[in-house]
Amino acid sequence: MKPNKCKRPIYMDYNATTPCDPRVVQAMLPYFHEKFGNPASRSHAYGWVAEEAVSKARRQVADLIGASPKEIVFTSGATESDNLAIKGVAQMYAEKGKHVISCVTEHKAVLDSCKRLETWGYEVSFLPVDAKGRIDLEELKSTIRKDTILVSLMAANNETGTYHPIEAIGEITRERGVLFHCDATQAIGKREIDVDKAKIDLLSLSGHKIYGPKGIGALYVRRRNPRVRLVAQIDGGGHERGMRSGTLPVTQIVGLGEACALLQENMKEEVQRVQSLRDRLEKSILEQLDYVYINGDPDNRLPSMTNLSFAYVEGESLIMGMKDLAVSSGSACTSASLEPSYVLKAAGVEDELAHSSIRFSLGRFTKEEEIDVAVGQVVSAVKRLREMSPLYELVQEGVDLKSVKWEAH
Amino acid sequence: MAYSDKVLDHYNNPRNVGSLDKKEEDVGTGIVGAPECGDVMKLQIKVDKETGQIVDAKFKTYGCGSAIASSSLATEWVKGKTINEALEIKNSDIVEELSLPPVKIHCSVLAEDAIRAAIEDYKSKQENKDTEEKAKTEDHAQEQGK
Repeated sequence: MKPNKCKRPIYMDYNATTPCDPRVVQAMLPYFHEKFGNPASRSHAYGWVAEEAVSKARRQVADLIGASPKEIVFTSGATESDNLAIKGVAQMYAEKGKHVISCVTEHKAVLDSCKRLETWGYEVSFLPVDAKGRIDLEELKSTIRKDTILVSLMAANNETGTYHPIEAIGEITRERGVLFHCDATQAIGKREIDVDKAKIDLLSLSGHKIYGPKGIGALYVRRRNPRVRLVAQIDGGGHERGMRSGTLPVTQIVGLGEACALLQENMKEEVQRVQSLRDRLEKSILEQLDYVYINGDPDNRLPSMTNLSFAYVEGESLIMGMKDLAVSSGSACTSASLEPSYVLKAAGVEDELAHSSIRFSLGRFTKEEEIDVAVGQVVSAVKRLREMSPLYELVQEGVDLKSVKWEAH
Repeated sequence: MAYSDKVLDHYNNPRNVGSLDKKEEDVGTGIVGAPECGDVMKLQIKVDKETGQIVDAKFKTYGCGSAIASSSLATEWVKGKTINEALEIKNSDIVEELSLPPVKIHCSVLAEDAIRAAIEDYKSKQENKDTEEKAKTEDHAQEQGK
């Protein structure tokens, strides 16, 4: 195994967050002190300068998803965008109906917003997924009712990377006159997304997943065919066309705009580069270890990541063993709860394999040599822990683990 | 989450990893936990029949770092003790020694259970043997009485 010369662990958790691109930081700097104005100040140059910066950023964000700048509402991040989209639409269209459709593998920001709706007397149908994390479009069609007002489905899953077929979904929702909200937090910059092509009516995105700053995101709200209306969730000065009050954080907005502009410029090459790194990582691990399984849909997922289950070793201990890698685990032990990943469970991954899952997500600053160091660490940690694993021993002895009567505690 | 130095030490240098022959009369094997819960511990002891002393102990654990450390520590502690002394090891002692946080207390409980399961297995082997021997002696006596 090659030694890791870098002092800091190798970062392979880009789905959790990304470092701010230095060019983004540069773009933001003037707006902290020099150009500090409030864009709502219409009476002086400080305000005008800030307003101009916000307009530019709004266009940069809109351009990336094929929207018009007037359709972009700045929020504090994708969680707020999801909340605003789901609760705002539900409240606005309550007279039309109180039924919403989502999916069991959505992000908690969507799931918990939907669960909030249930406490308000709405009904939410959560579509199941198959073993690859995919929904059944026929089932979506048959779940839409007369009183359905919204379908909320993500573009790419944060844990497994599995894509939902957004264009096919948009086709269905548009035809049935139901609004389509798409949480594109993970997909932005990795998967081509055009709100018109995919007939998306509301779209959430976040700054810090795309090399922008934390604390900023946006909600795309369609203005034409159909015009989407929302009930604001934060009241105040009526900013963002009344949909989201609060003084605009100009520095963050400039950063988000710059991040989107950089993606727009480089996305194609970036995706190719990162995908070849991901493929190399995945292939090398699968070649050197047995009993490794890919979670999600290998043919239709984010190009930048892989979620692997290493049978007979537990995720948290594996992470401890890969000292120079910063990755995340679908294992229960990394969170305070004892339940393993609900996304993997929904796809029918057995608890035991869900406990053994690791998500490797790569990005703009991942280097080729880091892949080789990572592979070395993964392989040696898995081998060492399997030597220590009573389950691996039983399997080597030819015992079927399912035939063993375990005493759950 | 930060691990205590002792957990890290046991994780990096686990004591007594391995297996004893579970068919041997003087070996007791305890397997506790379940794969779907994310922890399975196998703890084995080898007992000197004359003195009741645990002369060797081995473990294999599938689980988090704290589970590995708890079982590693358990093997260290039972070695040299009599089985009755080993039964006195409490999970709270393990928690204290390894400075386990509240979410990891179940690991120590599992280690205590593993010790008990191994000792029970050993004891039941001895009882079976005793009954077998007794049965044999009785058979023998009956045959002689014919």
